[in-house]
Amino acid sequence: MTRLLEGFKIVAIALALLGLAACSSKDKPDVAAVDVENATPGSQRDFTINVGDRVLFLVDQSTLTPQAQEILRRQATWLRQYGQVTIQVEGHADERGTREYNIALSARRAEASKNFLIAQGIEPGRVSTIAFGKERPVALCAEESCFSQNRRSVTVITAGAVAG
Amino acid sequence: MRTEGRVLAAIRQFTMVLIVAVAGFLAPVHSAHAVIEIDITKGKVEPMPVAIPSFVGDPKFGPDIAGVISNNLRRSGLFNPLPPSSYIEQITSFSAAPRFGDWRIIKAQALLTGQVTVQGDGRLKAEFRLWDVLAQKQLTGFQFVTTPRNWRRIGHLISDAVYQRLTGEKGYFDTRVVYVSETGPKSKRVKKLTIMDQDGFNKRALTNGGDLVLTPRFSPTSQEITYMSYASGRPKVYLLNIETGQRELVSNDPSMSFSPRFSPDGQRVIMSLQRGGNSNIFTMDLRTRSTRQLTKTAAIDTAPSYAPDGRQVAFESDRAGSQQIYVMNSDGTNQRRISFGKGRYSTPVWSPRGDVIAFTKLSKGRFLIGVMRPDGSGERILTEGYHNEGPTWAPNGRVLMFFRETRGERGGAKLYSVDLTGYNEQEIKTGTWASDPAWSPLIQ
Repeated sequence: MTRLLEGFKIVAIALALLGLAACSSKDKPDVAAVDVENATPGSQRDFTINVGDRVLFLVDQSTLTPQAQEILRRQATWLRQYGQVTIQVEGHADERGTREYNIALSARRAEASKNFLIAQGIEPGRVSTIAFGKERPVALCAEESCFSQNRRSVTVITAGAVAG
Repeated sequence: MRTEGRVLAAIRQFTMVLIVAVAGFLAPVHSAHAVIEIDITKGKVEPMPVAIPSFVGDPKFGPDIAGVISNNLRRSGLFNPLPPSSYIEQITSFSAAPRFGDWRIIKAQALLTGQVTVQGDGRLKAEFRLWDVLAQKQLTGFQFVTTPRNWRRIGHLISDAVYQRLTGEKGYFDTRVVYVSETGPKSKRVKKLTIMDQDGFNKRALTNGGDLVLTPRFSPTSQEITYMSYASGRPKVYLLNIETGQRELVSNDPSMSFSPRFSPDGQRVIMSLQRGGNSNIFTMDLRTRSTRQLTKTAAIDTAPSYAPDGRQVAFESDRAGSQQIYVMNSDGTNQRRISFGKGRYSTPVWSPRGDVIAFTKLSKGRFLIGVMRPDGSGERILTEGYHNEGPTWAPNGRVLMFFRETRGERGGAKLYSVDLTGYNEQEIKTGTWASDPAWSPLIQ
């Protein structure tokens, strides 16, 4: 769960930065002070912050770890609650592989997450996948701490989320 | 004099005539001697000293064309163009015989003289003669007529003629490279298909960067490129006509398609199609649009590359647990693993000569470029480092290009070439980050 907590930290910092930027320009209330738990239920933010939009994979693997399965179960619960939501699962790989293989590996990861959600009762028609290989890293250092964050599948809401 | 018929036939846009040596130049003082020749199969060679004075005639094109040739020959690692400041004789006439003694003193083994003029019709006429300084005889000579816009190609064609005459191998200078130029932050690179001459000049973007594009490869006629793009929202294989800019989706199959390459006859595209968690190798006939499945495994089969005779295909598969190189007949039969060294083997690319297969190898956290014979024997590593990937062959099978990526947030990819011998590594300067190079055939 430490990885998940790191994810929370990153989100909180991002929100803080957004808040500061907004403050300096428009003098609005500090967004960073908003409790993340108060994200509008059913919104993209609710899903990202309170459920967790991504799962991580081991090197050259597409099998779901127990932690990954836990997050995907939570995603499935949320998706059952908001039945109008459709999603696209993005597969990603770290940079320590060749381009074509990483495309295929990331497709396999997206497929693994998709199949798990379907097994949890999500209608297949609500879930599409896309493979990004190593083309869209989120962590940019040349260390395992970054590579591990890039070996991921990210569940992106494509339609049906509550505004906010 | 031999007629260089093959070269002549290969050059469509150019009017070319063999220059017949003027009688009287040819006093064969050392006619018994074998003509100079470089053996390029021998690993590290001592570059042959050559003199390439400015072509006489047009004051701009004269030095510029000589400069293109000098640069090409120097970068090949096989020639050492001597500095013009060392020249004793100043070539002022194309028709007069060179003073061979003056060139022998500065140890030039070959001398290239030329003349370039803009004709009355506005076209550019270029002529050259390649001389064996010791034997005091002309080795070859041609005349080209073309539009001034093509002046760099004249330099490349003459470079190829010199290379071929002095090494016995076909040249590779009148070729282009398509690659992916990269700008913007590493987390969201903007990637454009870009084409340039093999020496890094005449760069031209073929896509506008709006869609992520990867792995371009030339058709055997070098007029078309097949590549993978996210233009439709999901990764698919496309064709792009370089001249017209016309783009075409290769397969209407709803699944993701990637890692395309042309067959040697240009009739088919071979690629991976993903179904479920697996990727398998298919061909698509470009006329009938029918697909044919060649591999059928619960694995990742990708990066297919035809042998130059079209009868076999090399590809990578993780069917045995990790990426390894396999070879099969082009109908999918007789699939067999050929890589058995320590590490993961990927991106096999068959040499245009057919004798070896280049690959990317991951070993102990390093990325290497190497070659092995089609039966898996004779593995040789040409370069290694943090990240080297994606070899492509010059059409003569003597030089490879690949990309090398540096570490971290500020890191990026650049293009390099290396000789099949493992010597003469050279960066190809592109101005932006650059990856996924593909070398064209000789331009027709």
